[in-house]
Amino acid sequence: MSNEEMLQAQTSTGQVVEVPHHDHHGEHHHHETFITKYVFSQDHKMIAKQFLVTGMIWAILGGLMSVLFRLQLAYPDATFPWLETLLGKWAKGGHLSAEAYYALVTTHGTVLVFFVLTAGLSGTFANFLIPLQIGARDMASPFLNMLSYWFFFTAGVVMLSSLFVETGPFSGGWTAYPPLSALGSASPGSKTGMDLWLISMALFVVSSLLGGLNYIATILNMRTKGMSMTRLPLTIWALFFTAILGVLSFPVLLSGFILLIFDRNFGTSFYLSDIYVNGVGALPNEGGSAILYQHLFWFLGHPEVYIIILPAMGIVSEVMSTNARKPIFGYMAMIGSLFAIAVLAFLVWAHHMFVSGLNPFLGSFFVLLTLLIAVPSAIKVFNWLTTLWRGNIRFTPGMLFSIGFVSMFISGGLTGIFLGNSALDIYLHDTYFIVAHFHIVMGVAGMFGMYAGIYHWFPKMFGRYLNNTLAYLHFWITFTGAYLIFWPMHYEGLAGMPRRYYDFSNWESFKMFGGVNIFISVVAMIVFAAQIMFLINFFYSVFKGKKVTSQNPWGSNTLEWTTPILPGHGNWVGEIPEVHRWAYDYGKDGKDFISQTTPVGAEESSH
Amino acid sequence: MMATLSQEQRKRLHPHKFMLWIGMASIVMMFAGFTSAYIVKRNQSNWLEFGLPSYFWYSTGVILLSSVTIQMALVAFKARNMARYRNLITLTAGLGLLFAVLQWLGFFSLERNGVKLIGTNSNPAGSFLGVITGVHMLHVIGGVVVLLVMFFRAYSSRQKSYSSVPIEIATTYWHFVDAIWIYLFIFFNWVSV
Repeated sequence: MSNEEMLQAQTSTGQVVEVPHHDHHGEHHHHETFITKYVFSQDHKMIAKQFLVTGMIWAILGGLMSVLFRLQLAYPDATFPWLETLLGKWAKGGHLSAEAYYALVTTHGTVLVFFVLTAGLSGTFANFLIPLQIGARDMASPFLNMLSYWFFFTAGVVMLSSLFVETGPFSGGWTAYPPLSALGSASPGSKTGMDLWLISMALFVVSSLLGGLNYIATILNMRTKGMSMTRLPLTIWALFFTAILGVLSFPVLLSGFILLIFDRNFGTSFYLSDIYVNGVGALPNEGGSAILYQHLFWFLGHPEVYIIILPAMGIVSEVMSTNARKPIFGYMAMIGSLFAIAVLAFLVWAHHMFVSGLNPFLGSFFVLLTLLIAVPSAIKVFNWLTTLWRGNIRFTPGMLFSIGFVSMFISGGLTGIFLGNSALDIYLHDTYFIVAHFHIVMGVAGMFGMYAGIYHWFPKMFGRYLNNTLAYLHFWITFTGAYLIFWPMHYEGLAGMPRRYYDFSNWESFKMFGGVNIFISVVAMIVFAAQIMFLINFFYSVFKGKKVTSQNPWGSNTLEWTTPILPGHGNWVGEIPEVHRWAYDYGKDGKDFISQTTPVGAEESSH
Repeated sequence: MMATLSQEQRKRLHPHKFMLWIGMASIVMMFAGFTSAYIVKRNQSNWLEFGLPSYFWYSTGVILLSSVTIQMALVAFKARNMARYRNLITLTAGLGLLFAVLQWLGFFSLERNGVKLIGTNSNPAGSFLGVITGVHMLHVIGGVVVLLVMFFRAYSSRQKSYSSVPIEIATTYWHFVDAIWIYLFIFFNWVSV
């Protein structure tokens, strides 16, 4: 059953939104060339697509890196001649070198966390949805918005170039802890690769700040008439808190990076003290503290994981309510829990540092605050499940990914409670248990939120549908695959298997996991292939997909579905519609859905 | 694009001003990061105690004076007294540059007195002072660049703008970097001791 057929019944019961055609103000009042339309575009919808496609390219590169290092973990003794063809001296004799392994792990982490799940996720959906869902013609500053993308693009170019320098990309982990990141003599990757890594990340911070400023100013300043804050869709609330987190935490990371740059290049000792490097000798640096960097890094680093997950939560809330044909359960509780998570995000960073020599007394406060996050998280999960409860569920691909998100968030969240305890963390820290935890709760869940958003808003972005059969295949392979990859890692971690090791075959205690490692790697390759299939579906459908023929294919209440099927720069033809109600009047008073632009009737029940 | 401002939205704070306020919050977080790192590090071993150079007192006076001149420039602009406005923003930009020069002289005087800011055998205490004041100085120079742009715009015959929003934004930012310096000055002099 195609999208259109599946939804025809519901769409016809809803009211058609009147689009006044008498006034073409706000659309196509300036001539566009190829450059201004597709390259240096100031249209938020085009910038969103630029973020999305750039994010996809990085997702493929980052995913491919994980396939390469999983190959090493599965078959530490085998040789693959094609690896040498691909990587040259980094895989001499078809065997991935240790340096290459660490470089791949580092770049995989950096790229996926920052370029894919931050810029690719909130960059895409904040740009696309904020003006469309609040009823604005564009962002507060379209120019800064364009700059935000081009800073991100440049950051990507610099990061990409670091893969090709002679000493290789940075290889000290995505957290870039000193001294490994501060001393060029510490490892090959700490030389030019680290310089490029720092430049790239500094550009990325600028991009995030410019974007975040715009998102906040747009949401608070540019809402259409009648769109009070409590009538905003939850996507906008989530993106709002995401932007606040970014604007307040990225500058702290930048200050940490500035100190790191001085340590690297100007001989200061912020992070360095009493160091002896093999082949170089004792270093003169005295009085620095490596822990200081960890504080500055994780003050961003922890909010960063909520920067990733909050947009996904917002997208899931919106997609789930639309496709369950029910109001979201506990709208105000959803906003309250987003707020609580945003506040707690700044108060828990030291739980990444329980084993760094942190004062155990101080640690116990961070344990308490960390475990407190379970409360708003549980509220959200409860509300999603009760939104599904007795809903008239349409299992669209977007809806499946939303439900998958909730599943991942529960599974990954539970292991977070283990890790939040400083006593347990002594054992679990830096094992595969933590790898499993953050990949499920942040990585996979974030990707699922992104997929839910792409499948749901693809018709609005490109005026065409994705192929549904491929979408269902994509979902089921990714969903089962993600559990098959990361579930066994919990057992490996509980058995004490450390993360970041290049080769486990030398350790008697981890030999028993040889088979499991092969299994994980094979599934990872299958899941990676499924993502390639998704990309083929995506790009094929952009040009050749079935055309959208109705203005509101999902029967949704929010404002973006009152625009033309392919809105121009300015979004609405004529006046911006006025908003009269919240975004979640589904199945109310016997009506399937009531658009936000419909005035409240006299005899209507209140919500 | 003008169409982004509907009638309804004109009553609210101008979006660009709003963005400036969020941007300033962001800059505050950066300096909060720096100064809290300073406090953490100071409480650990191997911390060099030294007094601030007298140049920092002069620069404090200069930046306070520049806040007065830019406020006068804003008043002049609103009164459409463009000649006075141009003179005052030039003076403000000059004072901004003078501030930067005085900060540099302060760095040199520290080096002369044996407090190394960067390089081998520098103590984090001196390096922190150098990096934090240096980053602040960059923010002041950023303000000077903005003033220069506005200066040339005021002379441009091609476009005459009577909107006071740009100068209002520049004034707010200028007061902001002034306030940041006052905070840092108090912090280095008294709070951190």
